[in-house]
Amino acid sequence: MTSPGVGWASELSDPELVERFRSGDVRALARAISLVEKRDPSVRALQTELADGSRAYVVGFTGAPGTGKSTLVDALVSALRKDERSVAVIATDPNSPFTGGAILGDRIRMQRHALDPKVFIRSMGARGHLGGLSLAAREVIRLLGAFGFDPVILETVGVGQSELEVAAVADTTVVVLTPNLGDGVQMIKAGILEIADVFVVNKADLEGHHRSVTELRAMLSLSNAPGERKAWKPPIIAASAVRQEGIEELWSAIEAHRKYLTSTGKAEQLAADRLKEEAAEVAAELARDRVRRALADDPALTKRLLEAGTPYGTAEEILDRKR
Amino acid sequence: MSTKTEVRPVRIVLAKVGLDGHDRGVKVVARALRDAGYEVIYTGLRQTPEMVVDAALQEDAQVIGLSIHSGAHMTLFPAVVQELKRRKATDIVVFGGGIIPDDDIAALKQHGVAELFTPGTPLQGIVDWLRKRFPEGAR
Repeated sequence: MTSPGVGWASELSDPELVERFRSGDVRALARAISLVEKRDPSVRALQTELADGSRAYVVGFTGAPGTGKSTLVDALVSALRKDERSVAVIATDPNSPFTGGAILGDRIRMQRHALDPKVFIRSMGARGHLGGLSLAAREVIRLLGAFGFDPVILETVGVGQSELEVAAVADTTVVVLTPNLGDGVQMIKAGILEIADVFVVNKADLEGHHRSVTELRAMLSLSNAPGERKAWKPPIIAASAVRQEGIEELWSAIEAHRKYLTSTGKAEQLAADRLKEEAAEVAAELARDRVRRALADDPALTKRLLEAGTPYGTAEEILDRKR
Repeated sequence: MSTKTEVRPVRIVLAKVGLDGHDRGVKVVARALRDAGYEVIYTGLRQTPEMVVDAALQEDAQVIGLSIHSGAHMTLFPAVVQELKRRKATDIVVFGGGIIPDDDIAALKQHGVAELFTPGTPLQGIVDWLRKRFPEGAR
């Protein structure tokens, strides 16, 4: 229960959850993720309680539907398991904008990792997150890191805003393409050239993949504006996820990008920027809660708001109040 | 005064258990539940009871829906309930669908399967049952 006017570090609704989480109970982790998803206020207390400084490296996968992201992630998980890494996958699929319902089907391609306790797969509906997918994803990633998973792989259907949200959360963003997706102009239109740290041309067993790689390379050489030479040039990896080909190369490319981020100090800067951004998002969420509560509790205030016809005065008044 | 939290859809793991490739029915059900506002996690064909329960735990699902057309329901459905007991997750509700004789339905309910739907059940019947079972949405 939250006491009135708190909205800050609310108490835990279930104190046992932390204990169970720490003892490695998968259900506790799953429950905590659900709390994040429904924006339960006790998440803030939970996050504070569980924060242990451990941070998972986050690899984001995005690309058009049907490019083989799930299959590629599945192949990558297999490669990482050979190195005894504990891997978590957050797989997002779109919700219906009409009913809020969703069919989350990414697990189907990852069934060979079922029953492996070092692999945790969680499906998330991409829409309907109050603070946006990126806020929820960051919080879930922190939980997964605290539970001992590293790396965390975030997979998103590249439609709408979701690829930008992936890029805002991932340390390394992998954009997945396939042969015959369209010509180079399609790639510029899609806005994917800017966000990719690594490109994968998947389904390299299909005809036409050489052409796709060549076109992509040509597009990339054009994308550097004069005077702004990027230190990191996104590599292009040809892979065939179903044949488990190119997967080692993909992981090497991701590792190389990670080393680049660390050696140039960009990793620290990125982490700092994101934490600042997250603080702003959390603040917005808290402010939203306070305003809603104030309006619900105070009919006179609501009346003044309606009379004014504009929101600014009322919003400031509520935020200026002593709590 | 309680703070308003997001209404979150009830999560349902749908699976085909055992050696059974007939997945048209389960896909139709998945679609219907999605349209009714549920979050359906479809795990695909040839699942073992352990795999289904594991997925439900990771996904924090409240419901498991099993589909079977191979006749092995008397073995596999109770095995899922048993696995839930072993993993101390008996709060997860199990329902099933498929070609299941009436006598078996009674026996399966004895085993802890909450409800069974046979061919000819209107899709709305499944939705209505879920609505009744989870009137407040997700926990």
